[in-house]
Amino acid sequence: MTGVAPDVVVLDYGSGNVRSAVRALERVGARVNLTADPDAVAAADGLVVPGVGAFAAVMEGLRDVGAPRMIERRLAGGRPVLGICVGLQVMFTTGVEHGVRTEGLDQWPGTVERLEAPVVPHMGWSTVEPPEGSVLFDGIEDERFYFVHSYGVRTAPDYVRVTWAEHGLRFVAAVENGALSATQFHPEKSGDAGSELLRNWLGTLR
Amino acid sequence: MSVALRVIPCLDVNAGRVVKGVNFENLRDAGDPVERARRYDAEGADEITFLDVSASTQGRATTLEIVGRTADEVFVPLTVGGGVRSVADVDALLRAGADKVGVNTAAIARPELISEIAHRYGSQVLVLSVDARRTRGDVATASGYEVTTHGGRQGTGIDALDWVRRAAEAGVGEILLNSIDADGTTSGFDLEMLTAVRAEVHVPLIASGGAGTPEHFVEAARAGADALLAASVFHYGTLTIGQVKDHLRAAGFAVR
Repeated sequence: MTGVAPDVVVLDYGSGNVRSAVRALERVGARVNLTADPDAVAAADGLVVPGVGAFAAVMEGLRDVGAPRMIERRLAGGRPVLGICVGLQVMFTTGVEHGVRTEGLDQWPGTVERLEAPVVPHMGWSTVEPPEGSVLFDGIEDERFYFVHSYGVRTAPDYVRVTWAEHGLRFVAAVENGALSATQFHPEKSGDAGSELLRNWLGTLR
Repeated sequence: MSVALRVIPCLDVNAGRVVKGVNFENLRDAGDPVERARRYDAEGADEITFLDVSASTQGRATTLEIVGRTADEVFVPLTVGGGVRSVADVDALLRAGADKVGVNTAAIARPELISEIAHRYGSQVLVLSVDARRTRGDVATASGYEVTTHGGRQGTGIDALDWVRRAAEAGVGEILLNSIDADGTTSGFDLEMLTAVRAEVHVPLIASGGAGTPEHFVEAARAGADALLAASVFHYGTLTIGQVKDHLRAAGFAVR
């Protein structure tokens, strides 16, 4: 990174606790704006799409602020976007919660389904298996990250870089695909390891 | 590959200060909550829990401000409970910087509160805090455990196992099981009650009440707890989080 702090927008559409995401990004050197203003979203060096709660509710919130189009436009220009938690899930084709199917943003083929494990939600710190050449996990391959989710994605296409984790079964913990990256865990709640991941992501901006 | 066992320090916060008593009585001052949270984070706490024991509106406003300052500095999950009565209370705490919110008495009085919160924010934000004890006097429940309110001073006659099962069905994402019989005694977690609750629900279970030695944490983990919460042993320096984790690791449990 060259001297000037990167500008990051954390998308503001009424999703849970975003204060931590803002502060965690500031801590690793970003200038952060919490907004859903289309011009600000388009102009930012990086866009973070947070998300907690139900897939359908998150999609509704995103649609209400016109986020699908904003995200499309950024990706068309190769401008970085980072999805977090349900912000990862909505990048896939479909979410199925309580038998209800909801269309996602369909950036990647795949379905978000309920986790199958003795204890659900998967809540706590888990290890991950990043692929060779991962940028996000550079230097933090062996760390644990904080997950809290009841749903996940169990398949991903070959052409994206997938980091896997396991809770009962194997699921997608992170995806890196050109300008679009996403994590199922919360880097902003994953202590020093999470900060390092955000720093790695900031390093890809501009 | 399994998820690590979580070790969680709990800070009882009254009007901006950390307090701790035995069986919820004789509260003693134990310092500044933000400073404490920062120190516990540095020692390796996997989450921080604040329990707001303030009796006044002003005390609660102070707690919101403390939640915000903590969230600005501490980058591990923060749970806040105590006096949460409505979806609006949950909203205020999440906005202030809490990741999870604990409900207790208000959900006993009005169980629909659980589904209201879960529907709006998802199960993952909602922790059911249960203060339970063995039944006494004329009270009888099927399991022998009873839910209490007012920090264990009032029985409700509600069967504790029945309550956690219903709450899990209604959408709580996690259960914080506090043993009133063991709370503040430092003579060990209530393993019998923990085992009984573990068999009843499939959401994560946090054991609370009675921790005194590192071995107590291992016992609770063996009884099926996903997370272990303690207050006084950490506040008064009897144990560090690192010591507890070393002991858990030596006993074969995954820790961060």
